[in-house]
Amino acid sequence: MPKEASTREAYGKTLVELGRENPDIVVLDADLSRSTMTHFFASEFPNRFFDCGIAEQNMVSIAAGLAASGKIPFASTFAVFLPGRCFDQVRMSIAQPGFNVKLVATHGGISIGEDGTSHQAVEDLALIGSLPGFTVIVPADAIETVQAVKVAAANYGPFYIRLCRPKIPLVYNESYRFNLGKAVSMRQGKDATIIAIGLMVAAALEAADNLKQEGIDCSVLNMSTLKPIDKAAIIKAATDTGAIVTAEEHLAHGGLGSEVAQVVARHHSVPMEFVAIKDTYAKSGKPAELLQRYGLTAKDIEQAVRSVVKKKVS
Amino acid sequence: MLLPEEGKAQSTTSADSMKTEVFSLSTAKAKSLSIEEMKAIAKRLRRYIISMTGKAGSGHPGGSLSAVEIVTALYFRILRHKPAEPQWADRDRFILSKGHAAPLLYAALAECGYFPIDELLTLRQLDSCLQGHTDCTVTPGVEMSAGALGQGLSFAIGVTLAGRLNSQKYRVYVLLGDGECDEGQVWEAAMAAAHFKVDNLVAIVDNNGQQIDGWNRDVMNLDPFNKKWQAFGWQVIEVDGHDLTQLIDAFEQAKQVKGKPTVIIAHTIKGKGVSFMENNPDFHGKAPNAEQVEIALKELE
Repeated sequence: MPKEASTREAYGKTLVELGRENPDIVVLDADLSRSTMTHFFASEFPNRFFDCGIAEQNMVSIAAGLAASGKIPFASTFAVFLPGRCFDQVRMSIAQPGFNVKLVATHGGISIGEDGTSHQAVEDLALIGSLPGFTVIVPADAIETVQAVKVAAANYGPFYIRLCRPKIPLVYNESYRFNLGKAVSMRQGKDATIIAIGLMVAAALEAADNLKQEGIDCSVLNMSTLKPIDKAAIIKAATDTGAIVTAEEHLAHGGLGSEVAQVVARHHSVPMEFVAIKDTYAKSGKPAELLQRYGLTAKDIEQAVRSVVKKKVS
Repeated sequence: MLLPEEGKAQSTTSADSMKTEVFSLSTAKAKSLSIEEMKAIAKRLRRYIISMTGKAGSGHPGGSLSAVEIVTALYFRILRHKPAEPQWADRDRFILSKGHAAPLLYAALAECGYFPIDELLTLRQLDSCLQGHTDCTVTPGVEMSAGALGQGLSFAIGVTLAGRLNSQKYRVYVLLGDGECDEGQVWEAAMAAAHFKVDNLVAIVDNNGQQIDGWNRDVMNLDPFNKKWQAFGWQVIEVDGHDLTQLIDAFEQAKQVKGKPTVIIAHTIKGKGVSFMENNPDFHGKAPNAEQVEIALKELE
């Protein structure tokens, strides 16, 4: 088993580091600072931390006001509430004016587990990705999270970073360097390309290893910058391998699969399969049980690859 | 004919623009103006609102006209600002939360010299810097993109907190509509402003009593309005929102309040200054036609 680490803990600790370097970094939360891990920042910089209570709309517009006045606000709560609970505020207070606000949403996807439907963000990427001007990042592990948070702080403009609740496998080592807007090639193959985000990257690597044993040779791309998406990498994958499978912990519509499909349809049409949550809400359960029930495991990716490779041949 | 004749509207505005310069563009304060001079400015802003919306053929005259004195008192007496340097870091901020009163804000900004008066007649046209609702990315002097109601007070809190962290002395004024106070976010912000003890924040409610579907009390009753703000921890001042002296006194009084934010509930009349628009919710979001423009401008001579 690969080593695991928490993306939100990585976020919380990176915020403290950034706070020490830059006095303009401020942090907002909506009564979930112990879960989003912004409490690390709150204890070291109490004057620069604003708990807005359970009022996400207010938090988002306050963050916009801080950004309009030169601060670099990081605002956090669960991905189901941000942007779901405050979409119009994100749209008009942040996205339209292009303010320098960093929204970091934890507890993305169904891997939050037992809390069930009300806490499972499966639409957040569709919502936030629909807003012109937002940069959207879904890190694949804790190491990429640290770097993505630093990159967001260093680059002007609205960012959305989606993290998850459970510890997830590390797919990188400390020498990794996150490159904003660039897909990361994790495996090189010739038969198909698996494009994945978040915790599905580890699953994609496992699937690629298993498929190799049955003679299917896959590329794996980590599309951690979901927006603006790396078109060149997608076109190259389509050209080189002739088949694409996307894998994401999100509904099948409006997320990674939709974005990749647009590029593929427009520039280099090849067969595609989509590993994602079908048009449904998930239920309570253990994270691993849920990922299995809703088709988000390495086995599901393997099945999708076999199917797409068949389409390619016929 | 729905639109006023091009030439007529133009000549009206260019005549209005031949005014005495009230701003020295490099300094932070308007020249000291008497109440009478400010009344003349208020009347001119009303004329601009009528001409602009008439020319555009759409827009929101009613809730612009009701807040004319509020905005006049702020821009021509209270605010420290530099029209030639809209991004001046230490400026007092005016945040228009009721973004549909954009014609009023544009009129005031033009009158101050943020952009030429003639620009006003481009309101709502394709590629104009004067969008139907305020857009801070295209209009000099506009702090926030508004129009989606309920967000301005929260935004103002953020601006205030940034000033506190930077030890800047600027004050923040935010104009809300009374109908806007139906929005839950306003009360989230009201609670937060008191919690964060932002005493350099002043909210003004343009309490004209009406919203699109009719009187507030019939659509969604706000009463007891002042007690609600008090209960949320605010200093409350009530004034006649068309009385410049009362407004200025209220703003000065608010400067003395420590440890909590102040709300000025300004009792106003929707459509104030134009007989057929007063207390007429039809003119919330409807522009006057050519004939109505002519009558209105006559009334505002």
